[in-house]
Amino acid sequence: MSHVARGRGRAGFIAGFLVLPLALYLTFVIWPYIQTFGYSFTNWSGQSPTFDFVGWENYAALMEDGVFRGALWHNLLLLVFVPATTILLALFFAFMVNAGGRSGAGGVRGVRGSSFYKIVYFFPQVLSLAILAVLFGAVYRSDEGGLLNGLLIRLGLVDAGRPVEWLNDPDLVLWCLLLVVVWHGVGFYLVLFSAAMQSVPKDVYEAALLDGAGRAQTFFRVTLPLLWDSVQTSAVYLGIAAMDMFVLVSTMTSGQFGGGPDHHSEVMATVLMRNFLYFGKSGYACAMGVVMLVLTMALSVVVLRATRRDRIEF
Amino acid sequence: MGSTGEGGFGRRDLIKRSAALGLITTPAMGFLSACASGGEAATNGPGKAAVTRENPFGVAKGGKLDVVVFKGGFGDDYAKAWEASFDKKWGTTSSHLGTQEIAAKLQPRFNGGNPPDVVDDAGAQAIKIDVLAKGGQLADLTPVLDAPSLDDPARKVRDLLIPGTVEQGTQGGKFVALNYVYTVFGFWYSGKLFKEKGWTEPKTWDQFLDVCTKARDAGIGGLAHQGKYPYYINVVIMDLIAKKGGLDAVKAIDNLEPNAFADNPAALAAVEAVYEVVEKGLLMAGTNGLTHTESQTAWNQYKAAFIPSGSWLENEQLKQTPEDFDMKFLPVPLLPHSKLPFEAIRAGAGEPFIVPEKAANKPAGLEFLRSMLSREWSTVFAQQANSLTVLKDGVDPGVSLRPGTRSAVAAVKAAGSNTFQYLYPDWYSEMDTEIQNASNELMAKRIQPKEWIKRAQAAVDKAAKDPNAKNNRRS
Repeated sequence: MSHVARGRGRAGFIAGFLVLPLALYLTFVIWPYIQTFGYSFTNWSGQSPTFDFVGWENYAALMEDGVFRGALWHNLLLLVFVPATTILLALFFAFMVNAGGRSGAGGVRGVRGSSFYKIVYFFPQVLSLAILAVLFGAVYRSDEGGLLNGLLIRLGLVDAGRPVEWLNDPDLVLWCLLLVVVWHGVGFYLVLFSAAMQSVPKDVYEAALLDGAGRAQTFFRVTLPLLWDSVQTSAVYLGIAAMDMFVLVSTMTSGQFGGGPDHHSEVMATVLMRNFLYFGKSGYACAMGVVMLVLTMALSVVVLRATRRDRIEF
Repeated sequence: MGSTGEGGFGRRDLIKRSAALGLITTPAMGFLSACASGGEAATNGPGKAAVTRENPFGVAKGGKLDVVVFKGGFGDDYAKAWEASFDKKWGTTSSHLGTQEIAAKLQPRFNGGNPPDVVDDAGAQAIKIDVLAKGGQLADLTPVLDAPSLDDPARKVRDLLIPGTVEQGTQGGKFVALNYVYTVFGFWYSGKLFKEKGWTEPKTWDQFLDVCTKARDAGIGGLAHQGKYPYYINVVIMDLIAKKGGLDAVKAIDNLEPNAFADNPAALAAVEAVYEVVEKGLLMAGTNGLTHTESQTAWNQYKAAFIPSGSWLENEQLKQTPEDFDMKFLPVPLLPHSKLPFEAIRAGAGEPFIVPEKAANKPAGLEFLRSMLSREWSTVFAQQANSLTVLKDGVDPGVSLRPGTRSAVAAVKAAGSNTFQYLYPDWYSEMDTEIQNASNELMAKRIQPKEWIKRAQAAVDKAAKDPNAKNNRRS
């Protein structure tokens, strides 16, 4: 048997295992994507199997849709701030928990009570987004019954007659939502980074300490470079989450599928859903879906390219 | 619109469903082919029996009946009782689904050509009737109107309905939705609170502001509204326009006239009147950001004098209302020189029941609707859901009503023929949403009345550009 034939046999063997999952993937993931492309060129209402082909009309209308443009802008804002804030906080906490303690006789370790912190930080991650929305709905509630307003009123910082309408304030609403996402995400990425840090050999740190490196230097010169792979992956995940945001926006803010007040918290997914289900413009919504897909994919490529560095073996 | 179910549904769920929807529709369709005509109607129907006077739609005995109802402010016990009664009479086997997620549950079924036989298409996640009608998904319900009534076979069902029911359910000239629940809209207050404080029911807007001011001075809010859902405060604005400008103003808006809001003094006066409440600080603190449940509960706790709502309010707040609250209905008070009297109210049929065009057992669906318009079923509804139906004199006098419902009935009587109803929310969902957005901004003091008028007229003009708009005219 020739070398090539044996190779082919192995490929067939592997393909045999892959046929079923691949078929499932093609039918349930790829085919709907292709259909969305198709529908985006129609005036499909979503409630009826009849529709007409309208060419690029939906995409042309999309270009002039101020609400969608606003939503895109909000997604981009979130795209910058969600990963940046979450990763920075998670890295900081992970470093403090794992390697930020005073170096004692035992060498490198975390701050006191670090194992306790690790568990506490992870709590938010076990809550589902729906519970999160209810929880923060109570935090941001716009009368004195809200946690924040109640606190501020008791402290005398806010007049009881004019409580802060957190989620009904065009300047605050997006940042309020950002806070929820960050609060939810930090714990998970803390654990992820902790695991990565623990796989860094202790002697690397000890060597740095012996050379007289302080906390900051240890972090930027040793920890961060060795964690780069994890940071990169996290950035992509968080970026994709920031492009979505549907559950939080649609449940916490006003309007059909959220987005209020007056489109100030609108994200692409909420505009899409409103057009798809409520306005009966499903073809148009499919065009939005295609734009979202393209943007998200472009984003992943850019992030992975831009952050590519040489892998450090240890 | 019953209680608006709070919150959304999981996105993943929807994606899954829309994916499934695609899978159901396309294999039968030949992707993107010009003659795409969806899944065939499922043929598990029992066929048709002979049409007789007792059986005007030819319901076959022993068939299946698939009922989906919105399980919101009215619950769904009434529907279960109906289904049991239907099964008993026709020997059918009915399946029942009570849900808040009408669109998510039914959209794939409509697309796949296997919809249920009867749907109560209501709530925040209803599939819009205008959208379904445009897609040819709704059966013509005119045969139900022309069928003999179950109570009195000598009369047609049509003659036993409260006026306006047929108009309300008509889309593009075809009667497709039986809006079953008779709802009145206006303000609500606590009879107990008013008695305690010595306030009297305001009949003019000035008196209304006066009571609100007294309330504020007594340390409670004047007006509460369900800020997260601007639908409610929009009712107040639109009702003030209707009462000040008369039925012509209502028609101008529904018919998308270029002067529906712009250069319409009644509209500006109405918006300025509502804005006065905001400017004078007569709103309950924080009400702009509250959900319907939160604000209505605060009102039940005597934190505000008035709240706007439809007559589903009493049933919705059943658990939160103190025993001696004495809930009372108040027609929206009058602005000076109004064309309609104080007693005039927005009243009309809500909670649309439909029979899908492609229903497997369409005869049973139609018969179900005819049965709903019998005194027996209407009384079942009044008992189970504390609300009135569009069947004239449809409740057994033996049934005693709760205070809110009682005062609503009195208001209906006092109004007589002075009722009005807007049709644009059913016809133009996008325009409705844009006007509600403007109202939300107005209440938050971020725009002025003149800007509201400009935005509302822009929404009207945009809707008028839709080629489908010409099918919807009212006179």
